[in-house]
Amino acid sequence: MAKLIKNGRIVSDDWQIVLLGEDGRAEDLALPAGKVIVPLSVWQAQREPIAARQGEIAVWLDGSDDPAQIVADLAALPLVAIRFPKFTDGRGYSSAALLRTRYGYTGELRAIGEVLRDQFQAFTRCGFDALQPAQDRYTDEQLERALASLGDFSAPYQRSVTETEPLFRRQQRGLAA
Amino acid sequence: MYRYDAYDQRNVDERVAQFRDQTHRYLAGELSEDEYRPLRLQNGLYIQRQAPMLRIAIPYGNLSSTQLRKLAAITRKYDKGYGHFSTRQNLQLNWPALENVPEILAELATVQMHAIQTSGNCIRNVTSDPFAGVAGDEIIDPRPWCEILRQWSSFHPEFTHLPRKFKIAVNGAEHDRAVIQAHDIGLDLVKNAEGAIGFRVLVGGGLGRTPVIGKEISPFVPWQHLLTYCESILRVYNRHGRRDNLYKARIKILVNALGIEEFRRQVEEEWIHHKDGPGTLTVDEVHRIADHFDDPAYATLPADDLGFEQKRVENKPFAAWVKRNVRSHKQPGYAAVVLSLKKTGVAPGDITAEQMDLVADWADAHAFGELRVTHEQNLVLADVKKSDLFALWQKARDAGLATPNIGLLTDIICCPGGDFCNLANAKSIPIAEAIQRRFDDLDYLYDIGELELNISGCMNACGHHHVGHIGVLGVDKNGSEWYQVTIGGDQGNDAAIGKVIGRAFAAAEMPDVIAKLIETYIDNRHEDERFVDTVRRIGLDPFKTRVYGEQQTQRKVVNG
Ligand code: SF4
Repeated sequence: MAKLIKNGRIVSDDWQIVLLGEDGRAEDLALPAGKVIVPLSVWQAQREPIAARQGEIAVWLDGSDDPAQIVADLAALPLVAIRFPKFTDGRGYSSAALLRTRYGYTGELRAIGEVLRDQFQAFTRCGFDALQPAQDRYTDEQLERALASLGDFSAPYQRSVTETEPLFRRQQRGLAA
Repeated sequence: MYRYDAYDQRNVDERVAQFRDQTHRYLAGELSEDEYRPLRLQNGLYIQRQAPMLRIAIPYGNLSSTQLRKLAAITRKYDKGYGHFSTRQNLQLNWPALENVPEILAELATVQMHAIQTSGNCIRNVTSDPFAGVAGDEIIDPRPWCEILRQWSSFHPEFTHLPRKFKIAVNGAEHDRAVIQAHDIGLDLVKNAEGAIGFRVLVGGGLGRTPVIGKEISPFVPWQHLLTYCESILRVYNRHGRRDNLYKARIKILVNALGIEEFRRQVEEEWIHHKDGPGTLTVDEVHRIADHFDDPAYATLPADDLGFEQKRVENKPFAAWVKRNVRSHKQPGYAAVVLSLKKTGVAPGDITAEQMDLVADWADAHAFGELRVTHEQNLVLADVKKSDLFALWQKARDAGLATPNIGLLTDIICCPGGDFCNLANAKSIPIAEAIQRRFDDLDYLYDIGELELNISGCMNACGHHHVGHIGVLGVDKNGSEWYQVTIGGDQGNDAAIGKVIGRAFAAAEMPDVIAKLIETYIDNRHEDERFVDTVRRIGLDPFKTRVYGEQQTQRKVVNG
């Protein structure tokens, strides 16, 4: 089973991520059995079969997918994933922040794709509570060590999803270093 | 200047630890080249032609003497005993070993310095006016706002992987000395009719491959909303800026594609959600930061210093230096001094460790222990008593830092170019030197008057060639180095992009080309008209005719 970091701890995970091939048609994709995370296009194209398997089907968004498109579905979704096709593609940070703040999503928000430890803290600060590194990217031992990256910065300046106020409101500043 | 509190210090210390670990993992093979690249870039570390290059942040160009001494020590210990001030008010080291960079950052952190976000696709070092706080035409001191922006932009979790780099500049004076019109966000501090402080906000300016002058997105954003407004711009850009093509990824391309009205609409729509929220600045926080920029303890002095005036009459070289390198100051009896890093034979912006130590000493003796770096790649001692000027000039002259050429043709802005930079099409430093040698007659230089000559080794325009009165751009033609010339560019309030005069030139032709441009100007100028004013009035044709008309025969020879 795949490894997942959930709320700062390593857990096993049985969700399966489904990608749509370049020529694949969203309406034709056969949904595998078990718990699956499907692309937004499939989610939109197969509403009925998906509704029949409530709780088993989740959706993932690409950087270009506007999270506003799933606002009406949020209550029914067991989890929402945001895919980082490349770790340098930073759109998903904004999507996550929007889901958490503007759209009030409180369920599991998972980063998938090129999820690297040096992005961990930025992910969690933008509202991800689940981080799923690419398959085989880290050994178990490396993943254990990678948890340290969640705490790289202990007093960030900005407000974010996890720190709702900027440092200057959270702390009394100005005391000498 | 700003001094760190315990939180600022903790942030830079934690950054050092983070980068030490990243570099360790890279060297151990746990991080691939591709994975390490953005991480090292966000700490200013490039892999260059000769060796790595480390770009150290000098926030809005402010430095203390202690920091400068530390930089000198670092260049001695880890480099070749010199550094290079860039056009973004930063310091670049050309020869550090990659393994040593974490240690260099640790040393920097001991003097409240870092290399955070000096490169990479993130919000870069905020730049500003080197005469902030002392200029007579200042409306509002930009430095506290720069520091507020520095803190907000450091490790902003949402904006660490933008489509492309993002540069912010702040101006608070009548005359813009921060080139705000050529930045992704340009902030102009203004007071509205009620006397409230706010920002006129420009967006989408930039040089590089597609030079664009920034467009006004808001005439007045009240100061409380500075960060939420910037955040809204950044979010729209992060989500919608192009990521498919490196050359079309800057915000200026998005702004042009949407049109400023639509871009503004999207930003304002976003802003509704942030405005008046917890990101809103507080009076307390602004005061806390502004307190760091209070005036130093100026002495009460008469406006004129008799000894200084006398020396000026007696000593011609001193008078020339005062005329070119000394600026007026808001405080009676004080002046701001520009130390020229444009001595002929030295790469523009380069400074040795010995010179750094000396400048630090002068800053302590004459300028309250502080100095500034200009985007023209010179240094400024901002608060010098007029009565100290003669002594300071003597020391600076002996150290090779008193070339009286500020604002003149030989005060060339020049990027490192092909001698150091991987991206270069052509060398730029030797071109600068050849031009400086050609114009070594000071009287002629003074007669030519104010002239900005800017050289970039490639389209990335680190040498700001587009906004030079004369701009020189290195281009590659079938693998050899050529130079394209533009004229009529300008920075400041009348910022303009220069126009190309025609086909490119070989390196050896460049001094002649510049000489012909200057001759054309001298033949045509009206009284009190600068080179760029003449270009504006008479257009490009007379310059082209002079340069190309006379060149046809010569060219045959050049090309054999
Ligand atoms: S303008 Fe080009 S050659 Fe010059 S420093 Fe920038 S990237 Fe390098």
